[in-house]
Amino acid sequence: MKRVDYHEPTTLEEAVQLMTRYPDTASFFAGGTDLLVELREQTRRADHVVNLKRIPDLGMLTFDPRAGVHCGALVTVRTLENAPFIRAHYAGLWQAARELASIPVRERATLAGNVCRASPSADTLPPLIADQAVAHVYGPAGRRDVTLEDFFLGPGRTVLSHEEVLTGFSIPAPEPGTGKSYIKHGRRKAMELATVGVAVTLTLDGDSVRDLRIVLGAVAPTPIRAPEAEQVLIGKRPEPALIEQAAEAAIAGSRPISDVRSSADYRRRMVGVQTRRALQQALEAAR
Amino acid sequence: MKRMITVTINGEEQELAVEPYRSLLDTLRVEAGLTGSKKGCNVGDCGACTVILDGRPVNSCLVLAAEVDNCDVRTIEGLQHAPDRVHALQDNFMQYGAAQCGFCTPGILIMGKALLDENPDPTEDEIRFALAGNICRCTGYTKIIEAIRHTARQLAEERQGVES
Repeated sequence: MKRVDYHEPTTLEEAVQLMTRYPDTASFFAGGTDLLVELREQTRRADHVVNLKRIPDLGMLTFDPRAGVHCGALVTVRTLENAPFIRAHYAGLWQAARELASIPVRERATLAGNVCRASPSADTLPPLIADQAVAHVYGPAGRRDVTLEDFFLGPGRTVLSHEEVLTGFSIPAPEPGTGKSYIKHGRRKAMELATVGVAVTLTLDGDSVRDLRIVLGAVAPTPIRAPEAEQVLIGKRPEPALIEQAAEAAIAGSRPISDVRSSADYRRRMVGVQTRRALQQALEAAR
Repeated sequence: MKRMITVTINGEEQELAVEPYRSLLDTLRVEAGLTGSKKGCNVGDCGACTVILDGRPVNSCLVLAAEVDNCDVRTIEGLQHAPDRVHALQDNFMQYGAAQCGFCTPGILIMGKALLDENPDPTEDEIRFALAGNICRCTGYTKIIEAIRHTARQLAEERQGVES
């Protein structure tokens, strides 16, 4: 690996000062599972890495039935996968976590890193958006909150400025009658990047759908909501014909590219298939 | 500039001088002279460099040595109980013929140990799930999985023997 200077700040202030001191040439370093690969393969240039792991309290993961989840920036994907309350109340995120890379990678990789890397195919992003997660950000101008839905600008690009650090997330508690799902469509079962990812968070009121968010991954420059598909079902009884219609609407709303993993046309077809299945899974869980 | 780190490797505390951008894998292989952990892909895809860091399995190519100051690392060299007494996993890998070229074997043994520490009685699916990040290009997975299953049964019998 090319030589880099290594910094270990112990406070957020110090971390932000380091980023300010080295405009353009410093990178935050949390899990490192993307960063070290990019530095080694020279797809990212950095003369300074700023390791966040010595900053206290960024590794907290808590759940409260009313307040929901708080997840610090250093919480690993493996910790989420092993947390019983993530499995019980955030099934989409749990499914995404356990399908990301391998166990040794998940032991290091952080949820915050997966978010800041902003890959269009990243597994954890669709369920976080479907669950209305909020990112907590600290920077030279102080603290601010950004919803995950508004966080991504393009492949590898987010609303964070160079100096800003993502300190953690809040994810609201699910309302009663809520079911969630995430389906990753790939060419193999493990160590895969999603060809298409679909996350659904759905709340039933009696027999009809009161609230619904469908989020598609890997079919646009960022993860995207499928609002037309959501509107097909909101306020209605989720009959099979309507689910089919929602899946068709999701296809119409996706804008995939062709790449080494799949053609755009195949991706569109799989958006239809997996949106239907993700809706069915979430419905089953909600009932 | 090199940094001094203190790290416990296979139960032995060592002080090592490392460049901050050096991976734990290179440090183990070069500075510590432990070449059992293999460099397959160097990007976290193959699992041949898997070690146990503070009780958790990690790809040592994706960890910087500078990060492991005051940490505990267990490598394949530390798996066996004594020079003449191999771990049950190692014994069963030999019995089952679970190694062909052998390059992936250290990483798979370490991942197998990490799995059995967490889940002493894994199903075949659970073993396959745990080994998803360990690639064997001789593709001898069946025997690897059988060897791990058998080890789990053996260790369970030993535990029962101790209890009764």
